[in-house]
Amino acid sequence: MVKETKKRDWSVFLRGMQSVIGLLGLCIVLSILSPRFLKWGNILNVLTQTSLNAVMAIGMTFVILTGGIDLSVGSVLAFSGMVTAGMIHSGLNVWIAILIGLVIGTVLGLVNGLSVTKGNVPPFIATLAMMTMARGATLVYSGGRPKSNLGTAFGFLGQGKILSIPVPVIILFVVFIIAYNVLTQTATGRYIYATGSNEKAAKLSGIKTDYIKLLVYAVSGFTAALTGMIVTSMLDSASPNAGNGAELDAIAAVVLGGTSLSGGQGSVVGTIIGGLIIGVLNNGLNLLNVSSYYQQLIKGIVILVAVLIDRRKR
Amino acid sequence: MPLLEMMGICKKFPGVTALDDVCLTLDSGEVLALLGENGAGKSTLVKILSGVYTMDKGQIKINGDIVDIRNVWDAMKLGIGIIHQELNLIPDLTVYENIFLGREKRDSVTKRIDKSYLKQESKKLLNRLGVDIDVERIVKTLSVAEQQMVEIAKVLSMDCRIIIMDEPTDALTTDEVQNLFKIIQALKCEGKGIILISHKIEEIMEIADRVEVLRDGKYIGTKVVAETSTDELIKMMVGRELKEKFPKVKVPVSDVVLEVRNLSVSGLLHDISFELRKGEVLGIAGLVGAGRTELGKTLFGVYRYSGEIFIQGKKLNLTSTSAAIEAGIVYLTEDRKEEGLFLDKSVSYNMTLTILKAFTRLLGKVDTRKETRTVSDYVQRLRIKTPSISQTVENLSGGNQQKVLVGKWLMTQPKIMILDEPTRGIDVGAKVEIYNLINELKENGIAIIMISSELPEILGISDRVLVMHEGKITGCLEDSEATQEKIMRYAISTGGLDGEGN
Repeated sequence: MVKETKKRDWSVFLRGMQSVIGLLGLCIVLSILSPRFLKWGNILNVLTQTSLNAVMAIGMTFVILTGGIDLSVGSVLAFSGMVTAGMIHSGLNVWIAILIGLVIGTVLGLVNGLSVTKGNVPPFIATLAMMTMARGATLVYSGGRPKSNLGTAFGFLGQGKILSIPVPVIILFVVFIIAYNVLTQTATGRYIYATGSNEKAAKLSGIKTDYIKLLVYAVSGFTAALTGMIVTSMLDSASPNAGNGAELDAIAAVVLGGTSLSGGQGSVVGTIIGGLIIGVLNNGLNLLNVSSYYQQLIKGIVILVAVLIDRRKR
Repeated sequence: MPLLEMMGICKKFPGVTALDDVCLTLDSGEVLALLGENGAGKSTLVKILSGVYTMDKGQIKINGDIVDIRNVWDAMKLGIGIIHQELNLIPDLTVYENIFLGREKRDSVTKRIDKSYLKQESKKLLNRLGVDIDVERIVKTLSVAEQQMVEIAKVLSMDCRIIIMDEPTDALTTDEVQNLFKIIQALKCEGKGIILISHKIEEIMEIADRVEVLRDGKYIGTKVVAETSTDELIKMMVGRELKEKFPKVKVPVSDVVLEVRNLSVSGLLHDISFELRKGEVLGIAGLVGAGRTELGKTLFGVYRYSGEIFIQGKKLNLTSTSAAIEAGIVYLTEDRKEEGLFLDKSVSYNMTLTILKAFTRLLGKVDTRKETRTVSDYVQRLRIKTPSISQTVENLSGGNQQKVLVGKWLMTQPKIMILDEPTRGIDVGAKVEIYNLINELKENGIAIIMISSELPEILGISDRVLVMHEGKITGCLEDSEATQEKIMRYAISTGGLDGEGN
């Protein structure tokens, strides 16, 4: 009995580590194949690119931990970015424009949460509808044209550096620290896991699972909007097509990080590693001049193989 | 020669002997009732006959020939049809599609399903049953009684010689039951053999020719209905000796802690009133489906109710489980794995989830040191056997899992604990530990409501027993006057004690 438990702990540990091992393996292979890979400039580049996906994926982790899914993040990203750009164009203070963008994302997330809890709509459908609506709203608001030239103050968010570290990486770090602490250290974090692990039992334990679900969708909407700010700032332009398909990269990062799609199991540490795997892979394939067609193919295979290995261990 | 003979049937499930050397005979044109308490083995026996389970030992003969039933198809080919307690229809298909599901007649050339033939045949079958149901209706729009008729039509369409009905009257109204009995009579006249599982003795007396009684997986006896009485059958059903030890402690009862007045939940509970005093264990007996769990959950704020609930004289408005917990009422579920535990989480996680607020410090951070101390304290007090408090509860035994849940609720410092089947799926030894624990709680002034299907447990642990039937309280007994027979009487009929001289 005791022996069995120990063996179990080992396999749990290995399972937790396998994505790290995968990431390290990937880095080693790429550093051999391409001498440019380990250059400081390239590493910062990888981290910056990864931060876009990873901030959103952290919000997605909250939703997936409760057993839900959020397909609307890419569109929410585009809409909040577009509104903020519009506000800046109309002469509003940059910080207030950013705040409005973030509030919009959070509110759209809350609407998702309300559809799921009060409306009893399956998360897949509720957020699919939001994905279409938010994209439509972006096109209506922008007339289908990008909004560019947003000024240097706004540009700081995506292009600036603090102590030679890109601001997006710092934002990711802050978001990660907050998310990690909420999920592992607070009562709310435990309620999130409880809701995904056994919703019936959570309800019968006096946990207001509806409130928890509202919360996670709001968090996901917020992180999507935050990513929208960074992307818009980085490109100095809000495009109506921004974040197209971004929800899939976010889900891929969460799943590669070992979080169970049925909820209750997983961590944001895993999500960061999952995000890095995708980021490193993108970067490496670019460095090796692999055509973008093949890149998609390879990314798909990596995700499938990773999840297959994970399944087999369970 | 009998139509069906089953001899020496044995079936074991991990940890339980479900059937031990059970036999059964059935003639053509006969209605045989199988009678027994919950868990007596009735359903297991017919599931073996219908190919759902395979037996470990034994022999089945049909018309004198030994047959081998390995799966549901074998049983169907032999002309054995079963109408399950939980109906097995596809809710989104039509009546005729359900009746001929998997046996659709196809056009020989085009291979398309011959719908007009199926509709026509379905109509004929339903007419034979004397019911008027449009064969093109979607099954989920039918009432339960109508759905049951469709199931019967389905069995008839297979041209079965033996028809098994598992608790067919449970969901039916009195009129619908009478209609069903007419159909059973008609089938009997056609020469079918019918096995009826039921725990309603009056119904058995009305429709069956013979009754076979099972108890704890053993064959007790068979009686011709005309030559037996309700009393005799009840005695046969429950007549076991109390095998387990029930360490009962008497505590002087004091004030009324909980008062329930005219509590009703639409479709589940009707006009329930009772009182619960500090220092007593109130047992709630009844058969499966009597509304006991629903009563427990209503007091825990799960269902919307009408009526009044008072705790220590103060009227409560139980709109949520958290409101109930705050008022001092907790509910230990009958279904540990589905509704109680977070199986993939640790002992500590499971125990403190409801009282995390008590451990939170600045910024909502949980004080894990304080948490560990509290959990370790409870693990010791409840004698929970676990290598550590970070062990996932999945790996604990049933008894220890139950104790984890008891500990979780004790931490909320409740005034009233509702225990729903507290010893279900727990070894005999561990049961006694749970009983001791219940006594300890009682001594510590917690009022306890214990819902149980095990009569010896109800009698052995409770200070007072409420009996429920169809969402109503049909009897209330002090432990000095309670017997298994009396409880059974209240549990099987609303008529109560007519015919008994007290």
